[in-house]
Amino acid sequence: MNGTELGLWAIPLAILGGAIRVSTPFLFVSLGEVLTERSGRINLGLEGTLVFGAMSGYAIACVTGLPWAGVLAAAGAGSLFGLVHGLVCSLPRVNDIAVGISLMLLGTGLAYFFGKPFIQPVAPDLPALELGWWSDLPQVQAALRVNVLFPVGILAALLLWWMFRATRIGLLVRVVGDSTDAARAMGLRPAFIRTLATAAGGAFAGVGGAYLSLFYPGSWNEGISSGQGLMAVALVIFARWNPIACLGAALLFGGAGALGPALQSVGIPDGYYLFYAMPYVMTLGVLIATSSPGRAMAGAPGELSISK
Amino acid sequence: MTVDGRLQAGAIGVETVGMTMRFGGLTALDAVSMRIAPGTVHALLGENGAGKSTLVKCVMGFYRATRGQLMVGGREVEVPDPKSAHALGLGMVYQHFTLVPSLTAAENLVISREDAPPVIDWRAEMARLETFMARMPFTVPLDQAVRTFSAGEKQKLEILKQLYLGRRFLILDEPTSVLTPDEADEVLGHVRRLCQAGELTVLLITHKFREVMACADEVSVLRRGALVGCGRVGDLTRADLARMMVGDDELAEPAPRTGVPGAPVLSVAGVRARDRSGLKGIAIDALEVRAGEIVGIAGISGNGQMELMEVLTGQRSVSAGRIRVNGSPYGATRREARVHRVRFLPEEPLHNACVPRMSVVENVGFRSFDLNGSGARFWLSTRELKSRAADMAAAFRIRAASLDAPMSSLSGGNVQRAVLARELTGTVDLLVISNPCFGLDLTAVAEIRARIMAARNSGTAVLLMSEDLDEIMELTDRVLVMSEGRIAYECTAARADRAEIGRRMGGHA
Repeated sequence: MNGTELGLWAIPLAILGGAIRVSTPFLFVSLGEVLTERSGRINLGLEGTLVFGAMSGYAIACVTGLPWAGVLAAAGAGSLFGLVHGLVCSLPRVNDIAVGISLMLLGTGLAYFFGKPFIQPVAPDLPALELGWWSDLPQVQAALRVNVLFPVGILAALLLWWMFRATRIGLLVRVVGDSTDAARAMGLRPAFIRTLATAAGGAFAGVGGAYLSLFYPGSWNEGISSGQGLMAVALVIFARWNPIACLGAALLFGGAGALGPALQSVGIPDGYYLFYAMPYVMTLGVLIATSSPGRAMAGAPGELSISK
Repeated sequence: MTVDGRLQAGAIGVETVGMTMRFGGLTALDAVSMRIAPGTVHALLGENGAGKSTLVKCVMGFYRATRGQLMVGGREVEVPDPKSAHALGLGMVYQHFTLVPSLTAAENLVISREDAPPVIDWRAEMARLETFMARMPFTVPLDQAVRTFSAGEKQKLEILKQLYLGRRFLILDEPTSVLTPDEADEVLGHVRRLCQAGELTVLLITHKFREVMACADEVSVLRRGALVGCGRVGDLTRADLARMMVGDDELAEPAPRTGVPGAPVLSVAGVRARDRSGLKGIAIDALEVRAGEIVGIAGISGNGQMELMEVLTGQRSVSAGRIRVNGSPYGATRREARVHRVRFLPEEPLHNACVPRMSVVENVGFRSFDLNGSGARFWLSTRELKSRAADMAAAFRIRAASLDAPMSSLSGGNVQRAVLARELTGTVDLLVISNPCFGLDLTAVAEIRARIMAARNSGTAVLLMSEDLDEIMELTDRVLVMSEGRIAYECTAARADRAEIGRRMGGHA
């Protein structure tokens, strides 16, 4: 059998496969951003964290030969970036958005600087799960070749959701994110909790970067990120700060991104670049459709500088 | 369970002995000795700045008193920080809610506990909360987000939280300022019953004499940091209390009502608008305010008064309906406001009617800075602005360190006076006011009410929205009640009945 025999079924199949492949970094970065924003801060620097995570993950995997060591290194580097953001934002009269933008530029710049020697060498890939073993069709097998980090991401989304609902830490993050006054009255230190949440959020974004360089596309170069780190911030708003909704939103974005290549694979080359813009067009559409001039965003943490 | 164990120990008495607090050269609290007997409701009265909050902050460990002792349950104790006050069973309910809006009531309660478990077993916690609630005289929906609560429910939850945490001496800081009369009576009634049952001692900070009379056993009055009077409530009259609070200062008397209402100035017909959440809306079918009358809109906060105010000031767009001023359509543009002489005193004037960081001179000049006589001007005249501001400051007794200081450096009463000065200068056809006396002391309140009455007598149509029913009863000619975004009731002030209005505010027909 070949692609023509599969007919138009190839399109949804390719979109599904693409959605899973493309959505993983979106998922990780948006989970990190959910954690940060639920604590009352916005970290726009996650794009830089993502790129730096991609570089450091690739570099460590190259040097050690262990892809998982790369993932750990990326998480560590990411949490370091988050920590810097959190600490700087804990100073009085510092704006989290401005700090985020400068960290975004710093992160990408540092990644290019340290990453130069790793553009040529080849690092070992992260293992993938062959979920398409039951089928003879190569397209099905290719589409269902799922990286281990994807189920890890799903698990992380469920864990975060549970954490916000039924753990002391989760509730404390929500308290400081929703009302600084209430947190102070409770004897909490909001800046401390926010800094930790931002650091943990950075680790998520770092892992998202490691996925980019160690699986898909699977190499390190300067154009590795196409703005996933920034799109994830929009995605969090779209998902209304709910980790499980983040999973759905990431899949939707990934699917939209896979639309162009999928159509091309069945021989519809028209508007290829237009379809490439789909995720961005969709972001704009979603944000416009869900906005309202007269009412505050539902679910937005009360202490967020954009919703105050 | 520890919570139960501590509760059963019952109410505790608190006593301050010669409590003195100095900030630099300023004596905020001067040798205050006060005894609050266990199981009583003790009212603490005083003007703004009389030292009430300094006193309770010393008790709760936010401040360390310069001199004096604190006795809890008959023993002298040290309270270096709020945590040790909590450990002694002392708690405080603040004027501004300290609940987390997006958390449910149950989440709020559990997370406020010092010993909240790392992983919360919600089934077990809920069962324990239900048994706790069953013993309480009042309850709230545990599984709903606090955001959806009415002010009364929030206040109840605040008090429940303190009991849940095992506090046996409670300071309530103006607990009824955001409640309807019915809700206030209900909450205070519950508080009183808890005290009589010997579970709780309460220090009630308030400025409402009605509450002192109805709910408290004893009362203490502070003025300029000193205890100027105390006694059993039964032995004192309202006049006694007012004299103690204000001292020899004369309160401005409201001018007597003169004149009869004239032609309609404001008419609102069929107006529809969404509220802040976008989920509910307001619907005003017909509202008319005539020249020379004050129409009051009573209601619990959050029933659409704020939205109506925003529609009239142009801060909120309408989806349907007509607003007319002096017979012509009114869209709340600056030009229309000038032509029809419409003026506003919104609530929280520092945020809704001022630019906080601009100077007082600039802020009071907003209505006229670009006018030269009746025409527009391009170049501003700083001299004119300053002289006009100085006139207003003198006429309205605005106290500011300098008129060039930013508006945000003024006290609440002075911001209110400054905005009122700006809005009441010149001829005014329509004045729309919302909660003009919120958080002000007696002297400022009396003065502002006198100004509103004077404007009415000179032929201004006044629309007054207020959550303070006493204020509505004192000032208005006609009373409307707003409930669930609609005007639910209307009567003339002469025939207004407090109980009936209270019922309508609560949404009962």
